[in-house]
Amino acid sequence: MEIAAFTIDRIRDGLRTRQFSAVELATAALEFAHAENPKTNAYLTFSEERALATARRVDEQLARGEDPGSLGGIPIAVKDVIVTKGVRTTCGSKLLANYVPPYDATAVERLEAAGGVIIGKTNCDEFAMGSSNENSAFGPVRNPHALDRVPGGSSGGSAAAVAQGTAIVALGSDTGGSIRQPASFCGVVGVTPTYGRVSRYGLTAFASSLDHIGPFGRTVRDAAAVLSAIAGRDPLDSTSADAPVPDYLTHLDGKVKGLKLGLPREYLRDLTSETGDLIAKAIDKLKKLGCEVRDISLPATDYAIACYYVIATAEASSNLARYDGVRYTFRTASSESLSDMYRKTRGEGFGAECKRRIMLGTYVLSAGYYDAYYLKAQKVRALIARDFTNAFAEVDAMVAPVSPFPAFKIGEKIDDPMAMYLSDIYTITGDLAGIPCMSVPCGKTAEGLPVGLQILAKHFDEARMFRLADAFERAGGAQN
Amino acid sequence: MADLANLHLTEDEVRKFQADLDEILVHFDRLNEVDTSQFDAMAQVLYEAEETATLRADHPRPGLGSELALANAPVAGSGYFKVPEVIKH
Repeated sequence: MEIAAFTIDRIRDGLRTRQFSAVELATAALEFAHAENPKTNAYLTFSEERALATARRVDEQLARGEDPGSLGGIPIAVKDVIVTKGVRTTCGSKLLANYVPPYDATAVERLEAAGGVIIGKTNCDEFAMGSSNENSAFGPVRNPHALDRVPGGSSGGSAAAVAQGTAIVALGSDTGGSIRQPASFCGVVGVTPTYGRVSRYGLTAFASSLDHIGPFGRTVRDAAAVLSAIAGRDPLDSTSADAPVPDYLTHLDGKVKGLKLGLPREYLRDLTSETGDLIAKAIDKLKKLGCEVRDISLPATDYAIACYYVIATAEASSNLARYDGVRYTFRTASSESLSDMYRKTRGEGFGAECKRRIMLGTYVLSAGYYDAYYLKAQKVRALIARDFTNAFAEVDAMVAPVSPFPAFKIGEKIDDPMAMYLSDIYTITGDLAGIPCMSVPCGKTAEGLPVGLQILAKHFDEARMFRLADAFERAGGAQN
Repeated sequence: MADLANLHLTEDEVRKFQADLDEILVHFDRLNEVDTSQFDAMAQVLYEAEETATLRADHPRPGLGSELALANAPVAGSGYFKVPEVIKH
């Protein structure tokens, strides 16, 4: 079985015509993932039992002539910050190395309700904090395209799993680019939906006003199929939007002629020459498809990094307060008092990046600094969001790079947190504005490193974003 | 700051984080260059509905039960989470 070349449609066809069963497919996917994992370290936990139980159910439904669902039998990987009942969920942290959640995230429930077969949990930066996957307590993930390079982060394991083909699709989470940047580095499609489009019930909270769950796939069509299955209002997440969810697949009709695309000039200044060339070629391809490309400006971009890291660390310091040695598995071996236990548990349990962000967040929220940092950042956020609203009055969507450079070497940036933060410049703005955005492959560098084109759209306009990405992909967007 | 955040740090960590945080906070100071007098703080990302729109009907649902809720506790007993002594006799 050529799992690495399979798409959702190919699998649905294979199951329907009895070329293979869902159990055979799940077994093959698990064997493949086990065999590949020593190379990339993409998976932290395999969920054989659960995968085979779902696959058996799909086979039974097929045998009865029933539709097993839009994702029936599809092998799926899930980022390890999304809880799975009875399957260890570590968040890439020593603190949760033995945590077995007592419930499922809504997105996980919906995947399985659509017949999806969850084969394992993927490695990530600790509590989704990082841009390289080097902040995992369980070791870095290696990029399947170049094993000495990072896969991007924080959803590096999910991107690598889809790129190596051990999972057909995967779930990740995005707070500042954690889906799009690894998708770009690993040469797959990664989607950050509109804020509130997908329920975060069961997503371990990092920065609640910025957190999203979204899909990875090797094709736009596969990623769109997953979003169709998981999107929509959930009573268990009060921030989930009560907006109708279209069947995104019906929008992949190639009709992009006359679409007005904005090219934010602030996003093209600091690219490496190879990334810049590939983005320029991608824009030419979009013009050939009949899109009208025009320059636009998002003037507040220069303040986005500061704005994002104030808000994200403030919310993180609050959300991570719960890991204090009382409820979540890890506690320091010896302590003299309750507060000593808190301090030692957290000091021993959290990795360096989490500590850095907890302290930054505590600082910007502390008395005397709250107005100067946190409140100010929230106002600048309103300004950044308004830039997008103004720009979308003139254009239907925007195209931009995902990252200033392709995948870098493991260890190259880990000692310089500020440089790592600055590399998030093109992805954090979408999260701050709450708009849908995605990365779609647009070629490779001379060294064979993938580069992604970012597409940004209006709130709840994922359908148009997918239509454009799909047309670009079919026009050979991923070829140089 | 580490005290306020309930984080025990080693001497090496203190030195490293002091340098990192100084550099990052200098970058944060850029925000002061922006005139935000015309903007309210963006406390909600997307919110154009009535305040009650996101509330669900108040129907009781079964909870986890104490056995499951305590299953991940480092130390538990008699249906409770156990912590080090808080008040000395």
